[in-house]
Amino acid sequence: MESVFGRYKNLIWLVIVLFVQVLGLAMQVKRGNDQEHTRLIRIWVVGAITPFERGLVWLENSGGDIWHNYFYLRGVRAENRQLKEQIEQMRLEQVRLSEDAAQARRLQNLLAFKEQYIDKTVAAQVIGTSGTDSNRVIYIDKGENSGIKRDMAVITSDGVVGKVSLVFASESQILLINDQTSGVGVLLGDERTQGVLSGTANGRVVLNDVMSDNQVPVGEKLLTSGGDRIFPKGLPVGTVAKVGRGKDLFLNIEIKPAADLSRLEEVLVLTEKQERQAVADDSGRNMRAADILAARLPSVPDKPAEANAAAAAAPKTAGAPTQPAGTNATSNTHAPNAATNVAPPSTQTPKTSATNTSAKPQTTTAKPGNSQPKPAKSAASDQAPTQSPTPNPPSNQSQAAAPNTNNPN
Amino acid sequence: MQITYTSGEQIEVYRFSIPVTIGVPLLALFLQAFIPLRFPNFAVYVDLPLLVTIFFAMARRNPISGLLTGSVIGLAQDMLGHGAIGIYGIAKTVVGYGASSLGVKLDVENAGARFLVTLGFYLIHSAVYFTVARGMVNMTQTWSWLHGILAGLVNAVLGTALYFLLDKFKQRT
Repeated sequence: MESVFGRYKNLIWLVIVLFVQVLGLAMQVKRGNDQEHTRLIRIWVVGAITPFERGLVWLENSGGDIWHNYFYLRGVRAENRQLKEQIEQMRLEQVRLSEDAAQARRLQNLLAFKEQYIDKTVAAQVIGTSGTDSNRVIYIDKGENSGIKRDMAVITSDGVVGKVSLVFASESQILLINDQTSGVGVLLGDERTQGVLSGTANGRVVLNDVMSDNQVPVGEKLLTSGGDRIFPKGLPVGTVAKVGRGKDLFLNIEIKPAADLSRLEEVLVLTEKQERQAVADDSGRNMRAADILAARLPSVPDKPAEANAAAAAAPKTAGAPTQPAGTNATSNTHAPNAATNVAPPSTQTPKTSATNTSAKPQTTTAKPGNSQPKPAKSAASDQAPTQSPTPNPPSNQSQAAAPNTNNPN
Repeated sequence: MQITYTSGEQIEVYRFSIPVTIGVPLLALFLQAFIPLRFPNFAVYVDLPLLVTIFFAMARRNPISGLLTGSVIGLAQDMLGHGAIGIYGIAKTVVGYGASSLGVKLDVENAGARFLVTLGFYLIHSAVYFTVARGMVNMTQTWSWLHGILAGLVNAVLGTALYFLLDKFKQRT
């Protein structure tokens, strides 16, 4: 007997080690892969690996900051100018969206409609991955200490990323939407067809449960439906990349995620969301319908940049009112109709005032009755096609876009 | 008398210091988890923990030591994911056992042998992983020969270079 053990010692060891692992695997499968049971040993490994990742990311960021902030400043001036122009455009767009949101809230209030609002987000840095292509997860540098809990939604400014699958003291594991075990309730932007988004073994994202009699055009946008109770309704998820006939009566729809899941650096974790009834903006209650309509009518188009520059250079000779201080001429340069329209000098008056109004959108409540921002509004709506794909109010958008304000750290 | 295909010098069993025994697998796991942040396809084609498993198993030439090394590294790799623990553990246990058994019988010190051994064990590892993930855990898996051979070649090239680097840490018994 002893000689048998001696002779097949290696093989017996192999069988024992394999048997133990198979047994452990079978137990996990039977429990439905409840990760709470395997939490402790995961903590050991994650605790051993992530400090190095965190350190390397910190070093990388510090080095990058020093390089970009102190040495490599080529093109910064031009970029700054471009960004300022972009901010101007976005402010104009925000004014228009505020009006739409106010109207939507009034209607929601009438219908006693309840909506989920993103109350608080925590910004986090991505520090690692699972290292395998069969588990599409990432690790972030915020955990239980920052108020993160399991099943919280994770997004970027581009769209949905995934959900928190495991939480450690100062790290969390995020299950990406392209993992084959993930699932997100979505609806198609225009058609409002509901479906479930999931990943595949090779990391593609597909939309399931859509019947073949539905019309799903390529390029159609997908938004979260809110049905999964993880993601609030209306967050951008992606666009339809390919549509084919799948099994049975269902379509095979491939989705291009809105967020670049392979190159994530910073993400936002939605730590608090509230369900509350929409509050109507009373300021517009006494407004006449004609005023609302007037605010939405297309206005006199902008003057071209050259004309603006000429007007600014020789205000006295033209007799037109000058632009007030603080009005950026570059915003006119990039006005949508600047190349095609020649506006009379008198049209400058509403435009400049509109620019002033739009320069501080946070304080200027968008009132449909306010006729001042009219020309600029139309310009903005022409210039920038609707940039916010979500039906959420802009307050949500701005909240999500400004994570640092809510970051507890 | 045991017949081997290695010379007396090549059959020599090596050992490693404790920092190397712990540090190298940890470093492999760390790089495997970190590099895909910058190069997303890295995890699709390269398996550093597998290369480290093969290296330690071949150098020690002890099947028990090889399978235990593979088992520990594989389980650690499983823990970085979100799924069931043990799929990589089983696959790397088999590889560790096989590589150390092969190390006893064959000369695995030259570049050509190392290249072929790594290519072969990458395919074995993928096959075992595929079987366990699909058969036991019911994960959806797709097998692609093209991807398997391509990734195997990448790992074999990388492994051959890596083994010569890791040879510096070998200590004669």
